[in-house]
Amino acid sequence: MSGTIDTSKSINLQPSDRLRSQQPLPSNELADFIQETLALTKRLFIQLQRRPSTLVAGVIQPLMWLILFGALFQNAPQGMMGNDLSYGQFLGAGLIVFTAFVGALNAGLPVMFDREFGFLNRLLVAPLASRYSIVAASAIYIVALSFIQTAAIIGVNALMGAGLPSLAGLGVIALIILLLVLGVTALSLGLTFALPGHIELIAVIFVVNLPLLFASTALAPLTFMPGWLQTVASLNPLTYAIEPIRYLYNHSQWDLSSIVLQAPWGTVSFGTSLAILLGFAALTLTAIQPLLKRRLA
Amino acid sequence: MAAAVTIQNLSKSYGTVPAVKDVSFQVERGQIFGLLGPNGAGKTTTIRCLCTLAKPDSGSIDISGISVLEQPREARKRIGYVAQEVALDKILTGRELLELQAALYHIPKVEARQRIEVLLEVLDLHSYADKKTGTYSGGLKRRIDLAAGLLHQPEVLVLDEPTVGLDIESRVVVWDFLRQLRASGTTILLTSHYLEEVDALADRVGIIDRGLVIAEGTPSELKNQLGGDRIVLRIREFTPLSEAERAQQMLSELPFVQEAIVNATAANSLNLVVTPDRDVLMSIQQSLQSAGLPIFGISQSRPSLDDVYLAATGKTLLDAELAAASSRDLKAEQKQRMR
Repeated sequence: MSGTIDTSKSINLQPSDRLRSQQPLPSNELADFIQETLALTKRLFIQLQRRPSTLVAGVIQPLMWLILFGALFQNAPQGMMGNDLSYGQFLGAGLIVFTAFVGALNAGLPVMFDREFGFLNRLLVAPLASRYSIVAASAIYIVALSFIQTAAIIGVNALMGAGLPSLAGLGVIALIILLLVLGVTALSLGLTFALPGHIELIAVIFVVNLPLLFASTALAPLTFMPGWLQTVASLNPLTYAIEPIRYLYNHSQWDLSSIVLQAPWGTVSFGTSLAILLGFAALTLTAIQPLLKRRLA
Repeated sequence: MAAAVTIQNLSKSYGTVPAVKDVSFQVERGQIFGLLGPNGAGKTTTIRCLCTLAKPDSGSIDISGISVLEQPREARKRIGYVAQEVALDKILTGRELLELQAALYHIPKVEARQRIEVLLEVLDLHSYADKKTGTYSGGLKRRIDLAAGLLHQPEVLVLDEPTVGLDIESRVVVWDFLRQLRASGTTILLTSHYLEEVDALADRVGIIDRGLVIAEGTPSELKNQLGGDRIVLRIREFTPLSEAERAQQMLSELPFVQEAIVNATAANSLNLVVTPDRDVLMSIQQSLQSAGLPIFGISQSRPSLDDVYLAATGKTLLDAELAAASSRDLKAEQKQRMR
């Protein structure tokens, strides 16, 4: 340590009088919650700004998928994907969803590192209005990140000739991404507090990641799959995010009753898809409550 | 007015391993209380319960009469905690870290900015404030951590091993700062396994061993209770055990020697407890000379806190430290630390 500490510059290091009087001000819980959540979110964005590699990789990866995977199936017979889509056009919706999914799946990693390095303890000894601010900050951050990535893919996709959904369509895409990301982020945070360390968390992410992609309609339509995979894919929440977005790309006219998917168990409308995603997010957010309560109580 | 910290019958186990058993002590307002003990004695567990990071199995902890268990949030407002492992976000600058800390303690922005300026000034951190904490030296990290712990002007500053891993110069700087802090009215509770640290700083000391507080009082009270002077005798720079034991037997027979122990961890030097007398050193010299044994070094002193520890546990703090180090379970420790 260099230099000396000079306390002669007399300053007030005394315990504040407010606390001393043992009469805490009637604090506004909501204002406190917002203050701490914003501060924690700001920290994540400062990290992102100084270490943008996650964001860059998160944008580049799906673009590579789009270009390479699209090229791989470029010569597939027209109409194979249903309708008269090129494979590139077909793939766009799948990649938008997959990118958001992977980002959300990784949401727990920074929190896990905070657990391991003791930074979480710094947060837990602070008089937070609610410790859910820690979770909320992660969710806000990941949702924002997903929106940035989604916008990039939609942009590139448009440049590659896939067209651009209407403004309302874009709004619905945002809603779909929001619901999916909330649900998956909850899962990831649940895993973060259930698993002992980042190695285990990364292993789980690694294992879950590609199978969920392949067992969805991201890369091929349901009609293309054998029966058992159709069943799996129609249980996969990713499918219910992909299909409505794909529908938006391919149809200028749509409403909540538009049929977006022919699942083994029946037809799925636009509205049903949204309801399923909402249910998924609600389910995972509810499912992790006991764990978060135990760990953050 | 209630004491700054009151801990009563605190017990905490991790699994079947008891970490703290029935610990009770009080910290008076404006004092520095030192919790002294080897690694694994239960210091950190006690602190963790106090700072609401761990839930005690039984017992109570009050900060100025506010129950930590019943009103954790009110208690947290009154505690400034400086952990043993400095956990800084290395991507943030010092100032950004303090701004985050201020928001977590709900300090209004304008006031936070002023307090940060003052603390940066007092802790001589100005020139580093806008550098990333990842580039800081150990001493700098400790200082920014101190600043973070003090930002909300806590009633009680809790420091877990405040100078572990620091060089001597940095330690003295921290010590001076803590003394100044006490002078300005802050109550300080610190843990340490450094005797000299506790001796130099603490108004009162609790010695903790295997989860139990085995002695408590002011440093001079504890030392005076022991009675007798301490003599450390080194026959050679590295004394063979046989020679040390021969001397031990011979010196034990001297009338003023109350106790003679061979300290294997200090090159078989002899630790004697003697009834204070002017001729003690000379008598020892004479009897060694007559037995044909040389003297490499000999010193007489009043009892130290280490002697207090030795008297209570039958081992020196260093021995306990070494024993603890060999039986440490780092994985279990990490697990206790993580939430």
